[in-house]
Amino acid sequence: MAGKIDPMHQFTVETLVPLHVGQYDISLTNSAAWMLATLAVIFGFMAMGMKRQLVPGRWQMAVEGLTGFIDDLVKVNIGPEGKKFTPYVFSLFTFILVANLLGLLPLAIVPGWHPFTSTSHFSITGLLAILSFSLVLIVGFWRHGLHFFSLFVPHGTPIYMLPLIIPIEIVSFLVRPFSLALRLFVAMMSGHILMDVFGSFIANYASGGLAGFGVGILSFVFLIGVGALELLVCALQAYVFALLTSLYLNDAINLH
Amino acid sequence: MDVASAKLIGAGLAAIGTGAAAIGVGFVFGQFLNSALRNPAAADGQQGRLFLGFALAELLGLMAFTVALLILFVF
Repeated sequence: MAGKIDPMHQFTVETLVPLHVGQYDISLTNSAAWMLATLAVIFGFMAMGMKRQLVPGRWQMAVEGLTGFIDDLVKVNIGPEGKKFTPYVFSLFTFILVANLLGLLPLAIVPGWHPFTSTSHFSITGLLAILSFSLVLIVGFWRHGLHFFSLFVPHGTPIYMLPLIIPIEIVSFLVRPFSLALRLFVAMMSGHILMDVFGSFIANYASGGLAGFGVGILSFVFLIGVGALELLVCALQAYVFALLTSLYLNDAINLH
Repeated sequence: MDVASAKLIGAGLAAIGTGAAAIGVGFVFGQFLNSALRNPAAADGQQGRLFLGFALAELLGLMAFTVALLILFVF
């Protein structure tokens, strides 16, 4: 069983249902399948709690807690004008949260199966970041026209500082989609690599004799802690993505 | 020194950056806790800024991790 440790194997995108249109490959991959599963989980969770009972049951309380949480987040960070962006921030938060959590399912106990975290790929998180960034651009130019460029001039900047401040503000504005996408993707990827490496230490304990047994036990205890930490990171990264999106929307709506 | 071992040393050096980010994240949360205990009433209103600071500090550590991965797997 002492195989080579290959922590990157879990991120391979495999084709499940091959499908080609013209020269384009639009096959259903495991990444797409896990995103569909994410949507199904969100849909099921919401549908179970939207019966609008006068006295809410447990499930409805959970759904109301989630929607209320995002509602508060948007209200605090954007203000009353942000209400129409609540559905977008809510979809973003729930999608990232559920996709992260589904990737942690211990499905590998079924031989031949392994969970796939769609948010551990830069193409997925990059797309989410581009969505947020283009929404900020569209809303900003829609509401303020060319006046939107005053975003690059913070209030009360002395005139002689402007040649220095404006390039910095422009760069920090343009870097936003990359930082949004990179943060989520690297956080998910590094957590999964860490768990895979220490999982291999446990599985390969026999190759190290008595010392290997001790390393295996230590890795097992460590992995329990890392697993709990990963659950926290899943929720935290989804929250940070939603928070930053609403902060950027606030910039576009209220212009500093 | 051949290229393969230089790559491994470079990736190890790049991983030092994650430790620096750990200092930054600890500083953010430590300072928040420090001031939250002085004025607990104002603490809840600053949670957005807390997580913003956390996200910005953490991002730089993740950049170091990305550089290590690029050295190992891309070149």
